[in-house]
Amino acid sequence: MAKITLDNLAHSYLPEPTGEEDYALKQLDHVWADGEAYALLGASGCGKSTLLNIISGLLTPSRGRILFNDRDVTEAPTAERNIAQVFQFPVVYDTMSVRDNLAFPLRNRGANATYIRERVQKIGAMIGMEHELDRKARGLTADAKQKISLGRGMVREDVNALLFDEPLTVIDPHMKWELRTQLKALHHEFGHTMIYVTHDQTEALTFADKVVVMHDGRVVQIGTPQELFERPGHTFVGYFIGSPGMNLLDATVKGDTALIDNTEIPLGRDYGRPAGHVQIGVRPEFTRLAAGNDGLKVKVRRVEDVGRHKVVRTDFFGSEINVIAGESEGVDTAADRVTFDPAGINVYVDDWRIEGTAA
Amino acid sequence: MEKTVNQKAWLLVLPVLVLVAFSAIVPLMTVVNYSVQDSFGQNQFFWSGLVWFEDILTSERMHDALGRQALFTGIILAIQVPLGIFVALNMPKQGFWATFCLVTMSLPLLIPWNVVGTIWQIFGRVDIGLLGYTLDQLGIDYNYTQDALDAWVTLIVMDVWHWTSLVALLAYAGLKSIPDAYYQAAKIDQASRWKVFRYIELPKMRGVLTIAILLRFMDSFKIYTEPFVVTGGGPGNATTFLSIDLVKMALGQFDLGPAAAFSIVYFLVILAISWVFYTVMTNLDKEEAGK
Repeated sequence: MAKITLDNLAHSYLPEPTGEEDYALKQLDHVWADGEAYALLGASGCGKSTLLNIISGLLTPSRGRILFNDRDVTEAPTAERNIAQVFQFPVVYDTMSVRDNLAFPLRNRGANATYIRERVQKIGAMIGMEHELDRKARGLTADAKQKISLGRGMVREDVNALLFDEPLTVIDPHMKWELRTQLKALHHEFGHTMIYVTHDQTEALTFADKVVVMHDGRVVQIGTPQELFERPGHTFVGYFIGSPGMNLLDATVKGDTALIDNTEIPLGRDYGRPAGHVQIGVRPEFTRLAAGNDGLKVKVRRVEDVGRHKVVRTDFFGSEINVIAGESEGVDTAADRVTFDPAGINVYVDDWRIEGTAA
Repeated sequence: MEKTVNQKAWLLVLPVLVLVAFSAIVPLMTVVNYSVQDSFGQNQFFWSGLVWFEDILTSERMHDALGRQALFTGIILAIQVPLGIFVALNMPKQGFWATFCLVTMSLPLLIPWNVVGTIWQIFGRVDIGLLGYTLDQLGIDYNYTQDALDAWVTLIVMDVWHWTSLVALLAYAGLKSIPDAYYQAAKIDQASRWKVFRYIELPKMRGVLTIAILLRFMDSFKIYTEPFVVTGGGPGNATTFLSIDLVKMALGQFDLGPAAAFSIVYFLVILAISWVFYTVMTNLDKEEAGK
């Protein structure tokens, strides 16, 4: 187990990157604390897998260093790093039995036979395949194969870190939930450093202590699920996390009020007079539908009942504002305005959140 | 699945049947015809039953030729298959040098058999051939026209030179089809180079290797032109393989009946071995994929 430090890291797939846009992974400094469970969240192609492969040594970064505890492993081969990694698509050794597949990493490290037998039995039970241990891995279904891949990832107890690259893509929904629970249990039991790459926010938020959100080769925010929800550091986080995502509106901010279409909106905090592309972001959870004269005048487009609550889709001069209303709350047909709870308003300049001072 | 019965559909198979009949069945039948008759010349034939088959199956000459043939095929398979795999494993996977290797390696495959034979016939000559002359100058007693072992070595080296690239190209194609994730997983699992080969590369190459072995078996079992040009079956009968012996019998001695019986037995041996090999390989495949 180890603390993993990324120092001044960047990677480009081009041999001679010139501009910043040539980098698949832009400059990154980060410490993955020992024993924490992280989720790496972002849309496809944002550099998540690149980052993971750099940590496991499958890729050598163009710039920067990687340290395990205090040892520089930037140039160290994968085998030396003692890392477990599970890939998006199942990789099994076809000609081996399920048992031999699970035992493979242990045998390669020269573990003794009794230990291997017990450990494989345990992992077999964990992935729900203890009765299939003696059959050939070939000819199994894709999700059974992926369970084997997961099992092979979890079988070594002494790994420095466990990396998962969207491992549950090919798994059945109900099994997905169960395996994720197993992974969490495993984390509690052994306290490995875990990094879990996904583009599914539910997966990320339920799995991890800390979520790292990536966008366009850059880490835009690292925080607990709650922080990401309440204080998205970047408009991408606001939009990517939450269902529906955060409402973003262009505004002019003066001190503690924002001016949108001549309507004054109290912000609760003082933001000075920011220049640049200024937006305010409010989650639908902090947005209310109202009748009367306060707030922005909108047109209600439709109401979606999603069970636990209702999503009201409204239109404000071409941009959409979503409102979440409690299930028991009625939607007033006369309502034609939305108001924002000042506690839930964030101000963004050129996509990055700025901090206000108490008004 | 429900199948519709429509007897007229047979008409669609007819063109193929006609083609196959003319290309294979009719010529084969003339051979069958000769094999059951005897002739004293003047184009007069008599029914002789299975006498020629009995003769051939019990003839020492046939047994010897078959033995030599089996030995030759065994040796070249034992060299070409591992060597081809080894070459494929060490070829560059992409870029200019990959293309360069592919083209260079394909060259021997493009040369006609008799030209290959001629090249090696001259190459090995002690008086003017580069190989023969060099060996002679080095004080090595080498003469493929006199010494049986030298003749064998020459033929085997020639066949390896001519055909190893086929195995290598097929194996290379097999290797290229392995997704990167397998190699990455193997690195993560800390597998040794040997284990990567044993548990990833070899199983994934299995299909193409089956084809490669089958092709090399059939081809080498039928080899004629090259040994005919290089050694003419000699010295003595040392390199008289089945087809060389057959030609001697059919055209040299003009024993049409025995030669026809020989041809049929020869054909059936190749067919039987290929069939057994193929069936065993595909059954193993199924067995592994099943339960």
